[in-house]
Amino acid sequence: MEVKLLTEHYGKAEFQSLEGYKKIGDGYETLKKALKMQPKEIIELVKASGLRGRGGAGFPTGMKWSFLPENGEPRYLLCNADEGEPGTFKDRMMMERAPHQLIEGMIISGFAVQSKKSYIYIRGEYKDSLRIVEKAIREAYDAGFLGKNILGSNFTHDMDVYSGAGAYICGEETGMISSLEGQKGQPKLKPPFPALKGYLGKPTIVNNVETLAAVKYIVRDGAQAYRKNGTEKSAGTKLFSVSGNVMKPGNYEVPLGYPLKDLIFNLCGGLKPGRKLKAVIPGGSSAPVLTEPEAMRATMDYECLAQMGSMLGSGAVIVIDDSNCMVDLLNVTMHFYHHESCGQCTPCREGTGWLHKTVASIASGHGRLQDIQLLDRISKNMMGRTICALSDAAAMPAISFVNKFREEFEFFVREGRSKVKGEGFRHAQMHH
Amino acid sequence: MFSLSEEGVAFVKRELNRYEDRRSAVIPALYRVQKENKGWVSPESVTYLSHLMDIPSAWIEEVLTFYTMFNKRPVGKYHVQVCCNISCSMNGGREMADHLCSTLKLKEDEVSGDGRYTISRVECLGACDKAPMMQVNDDYHEGLTNDKAVEILRGLK
Repeated sequence: MEVKLLTEHYGKAEFQSLEGYKKIGDGYETLKKALKMQPKEIIELVKASGLRGRGGAGFPTGMKWSFLPENGEPRYLLCNADEGEPGTFKDRMMMERAPHQLIEGMIISGFAVQSKKSYIYIRGEYKDSLRIVEKAIREAYDAGFLGKNILGSNFTHDMDVYSGAGAYICGEETGMISSLEGQKGQPKLKPPFPALKGYLGKPTIVNNVETLAAVKYIVRDGAQAYRKNGTEKSAGTKLFSVSGNVMKPGNYEVPLGYPLKDLIFNLCGGLKPGRKLKAVIPGGSSAPVLTEPEAMRATMDYECLAQMGSMLGSGAVIVIDDSNCMVDLLNVTMHFYHHESCGQCTPCREGTGWLHKTVASIASGHGRLQDIQLLDRISKNMMGRTICALSDAAAMPAISFVNKFREEFEFFVREGRSKVKGEGFRHAQMHH
Repeated sequence: MFSLSEEGVAFVKRELNRYEDRRSAVIPALYRVQKENKGWVSPESVTYLSHLMDIPSAWIEEVLTFYTMFNKRPVGKYHVQVCCNISCSMNGGREMADHLCSTLKLKEDEVSGDGRYTISRVECLGACDKAPMMQVNDDYHEGLTNDKAVEILRGLK
């Protein structure tokens, strides 16, 4: 069963405007409620709700907020709308269908962390999202929900947007900060964490679109009500972007802990007639792939997927049927990480290149048996040795593809062709 | 010599004061240059921006070369970017890129003889539920077939 909390009004076009947000939804009533609370009360509420970051890392939101120093130094709130994890398209839809829900969640969050300024960093390709969110911000200013002395509360908050320009790495919070500062989007060494030294060296909180929108509902309904959905350690609902080989791909909001098999076979209408499930990538292309038996028993929450050696990530579920060649899909994926490595750390810059070249060689029919081992070895040398998680994000899928579908890699090396695909597909694949 | 229009100059000056730090205006300024320079950023326009913004050209170069949405070479009037990441590849994205290239008799990233098209393969554009898809300049076209994609390109004014 879907539980539509954040997506309740997605189907109604007028929800995009402030007028529609007031008429169909509850307008900015939750902001009014929040401004009568103590900022610390809201932080405690978010902690009690169990909300964890919805962008990929799953870090507890309230705890992140409480890392801010208590010295009254100016601090920034950044909304991470640089959605780039392959397979993910939930934040784009939220910005386009329900921009005011995000803005209201951000003003409430800004109040909770006592920030006077926030930015929404939107990936460059999302021109529609940018236009829609900018318009919604103007409406919020005109209605007195942004700017000086919001609704007579003495709280002042300004909000603006910033457009990225095509770089996956800017979705990493310190890479995003570098980019917002007008530099190339290279991540920075942590510590110091952004909560202490972030944007322009000032305390900064970076939260994902879906996370900030959820804050509104936690403040509106209370922590216990929010916890009614989900599990003990994975509270609330989550948006899953399902793509690949299902009949009805799209965004689905379900309680965390929802069975993956129900997501695929009930909500998404299953596979094309005659096709069998082969594998599922449960959390964006960085997440280790699950085999069919694993996928059939997985539940979509942080702890179950971690136990299975994978991760919930951004909630991008890529469903792979038996018409796909795993060597080919790993090749596509490694091309991506090689392309997106920022080049700062050697294990990532060189490792992603080697991974891609090695798997491309196998996929071209010229691989050697020891290349399969090489993929595994390179990957293991890339993990935990770099400033940010991109290196691990490339290594984890490589290890899982090679080890869980080794037979397909061996077949490709031995026979010089895909076990699954005919000769026809070779040309399209070659450029990758 | 490259120079921005009057409105372009006014835009860059506004952007310089819009963010907490002037340097943040580099990305928006490069977007503006690209828009006024037929879709790409030339080396001389970097020198121009450096003077206009009073920001070292190395800082502008650094941004220009890091981000994929800035074109360092001329592109066609319609820059056609076909997603070839995982979900699109599983649904015919790569074949569609090939089909567009062969139909328009073009190599990837080249400008067509009439200056109308450049076809590029790009990474995930966040429209995976509507695979395969392509972006033409700012616009997304989703849920395509090879024929539909050709039809869209031919129909562009």
